[in-house]
Amino acid sequence: MHEEKHNHHIGYGTYVLVWIALLAFTSITVTIAGVSLGRYTLFVALLIAAIKSALVINIFMHIKFDEKIFKVFLLLSGFTLLVIFILTFFDFLYR
Amino acid sequence: MSNHAESALEQSHVHRDDVGAKMGMWLFLFTELLLFGGLFLVYAVYRYQYPEQFHLAGMELNTGIGTLNTIILLTSSLTVALSIAAIQKKNKFLAVLMLSLTLTFALMFMVNKYFEWSAKFSHGIYPGSDELLSLPNGQILFFGLYYVMTGLHGLHVLIGIVILAIMLVLIIKDKITFDNYVKLENSGLYWHLVDLIWIFLFPLFYLIQ
Repeated sequence: MHEEKHNHHIGYGTYVLVWIALLAFTSITVTIAGVSLGRYTLFVALLIAAIKSALVINIFMHIKFDEKIFKVFLLLSGFTLLVIFILTFFDFLYR
Repeated sequence: MSNHAESALEQSHVHRDDVGAKMGMWLFLFTELLLFGGLFLVYAVYRYQYPEQFHLAGMELNTGIGTLNTIILLTSSLTVALSIAAIQKKNKFLAVLMLSLTLTFALMFMVNKYFEWSAKFSHGIYPGSDELLSLPNGQILFFGLYYVMTGLHGLHVLIGIVILAIMLVLIIKDKITFDNYVKLENSGLYWHLVDLIWIFLFPLFYLIQ
């Protein structure tokens, strides 16, 4: 039973490709930081960080190929964090 | 029957729940996410409150060393993933090599961190220093968060080094094998989390221009 679920093994090549993509996104984010985008600077930096995280979580951490329940955990924890952020900022901005 | 085959046979009869082990790890990572999430929340609120001072203080940080450490951590994430792939393919040599590289990168990260913090200390910028306390509130908060967040992350790197070193020994001793590698997988998950947190720390602290 366990063996079947473990069977999706990712090859070396895929990992190396993801690594190259991660390095590419890093150089993009460093380059963009030098350019003034005004209020979008932070947004772009966080967007790139989110894309890099998605790559790490899906491929390096196998969440794409693992049990569905792990994905549920992750979405739940991400959602919890989002709610905490939104509630805190509501309190902070309208107090 | 050779000794190796015998021990493999024995192991196949031992009750083991790899999915359960991984689920436990993911639950732990969930708590880690909320731990760092709380710190990111404090950062977000104060950055919103003191945008100019965060900007000024952020300029003090060394972008070069931050970028170098980003590359080092991303590469160490690759090598730990390759180490797991190698053990799945019964390539013990490659698994040991990749895990040793991961440890080397982790140590390099800490050495860079040491030089980075030493430089800050020699400029009189450390928690509670007269130099730091003479700065405006926003900058004190920025450096306070910088030391707490990168410090807590650095502590995670140190713990990761210990865990990965134990995994290396277990692989060498054939305690982690192609059909029993959940310990290595879980250590890998922990290491990737350390990498993930850095992915966000890096732009938020080092890339404020």
